[in-house]
Amino acid sequence: MELTINGKVENLEVSTVMDVLKAKDIDPQLVAVEVNTEMIDQENLGTTSLKENDKLEFLFFMGGGA
Amino acid sequence: MSFTEDQITRYSRHILLPEVGGKGQKKLSQAKVFVVGAGGLGCPVAYYLGAAGIGTIGLIDSDVVDLSNLQRQVLHHTPDVGRPKAISAKEKIQALNPDVQVNTYEERLTAKNARELISQYDVVIDGVDNFPAKFLINDACYMENKPLVHGGILRFEGRVMTIVPNESACYRCIFKNPPPPGVVPTCQEAGIIGVVAGIIGTIQATEAVKLILKIGQPLTNRLLDFDARTTAFREIRVKRNPSCTLCGPNASITELIDYDEPEACAL
Ligand SMILES: [Zn+2]
Repeated sequence: MELTINGKVENLEVSTVMDVLKAKDIDPQLVAVEVNTEMIDQENLGTTSLKENDKLEFLFFMGGGA
Repeated sequence: MSFTEDQITRYSRHILLPEVGGKGQKKLSQAKVFVVGAGGLGCPVAYYLGAAGIGTIGLIDSDVVDLSNLQRQVLHHTPDVGRPKAISAKEKIQALNPDVQVNTYEERLTAKNARELISQYDVVIDGVDNFPAKFLINDACYMENKPLVHGGILRFEGRVMTIVPNESACYRCIFKNPPPPGVVPTCQEAGIIGVVAGIIGTIQATEAVKLILKIGQPLTNRLLDFDARTTAFREIRVKRNPSCTLCGPNASITELIDYDEPEACAL
């Protein structure tokens, strides 16, 4: 299905948020995920279904400052 | 308190702005900003806030200046290598603007001292380089009801977000807990383009000035991500998370937490 991930349109064979993380080889511990501006709790990544044209934001930790 | 002729000249480009004026400049001169970290972000933040005539700047940093800091920590000069960062930064700010009172704390921010220190200031700037401290600052600002300007940098990228407690999303609304130690690289391990610290730090300083003057729209409920490789900003809308463990209705965090701190990266 067509999804917008971090502003880019992508076509992926997935049904849940966890599938997207797996397809992109992203460690779920290292990212906060927003679907259509709702934050998804870590424990719900595998049960949150996606539909055509959903907008996902993967927010990675950025810890530097000094 | 009224301004001297020199002060009116010094701040004339502020005073000229209808949104600032003499009244606004007075607000700046009465404001107290707490800058946590006198490094890559803290230096440009404190330098511009000093130039702007912020009345009191608190600077907390337990590190000494290292030669590898000078590529981006612009308040520290070559002869400062080996000297405490807080002192080095204070000297440069006061050389630029003797009107500014600079309080220095040569220590780390901890669960013990954070609330007491933060309670003495109006706005807090996150200029630290590790996650335990970023979470500690977020939590302490929420508990003391102080606006916080969060910042982060890594490699070619940076991020800013302003947090107004009970009004906008906090850091924990997005990131529940610090990542496991060692899995997210630090600037020391992964590098940082020096000027990215300047870009993010000056945006943080801009946010602080706006918060003090109460002008414009703060960068709340928005994460601003910057990528120097493409010179592109991306704004990600966020909102308060009902399951936030700090600011949600069923919050479980009521005390500050000292997470196991990895070796401070002396960037
Ligand atoms: Zn929150």
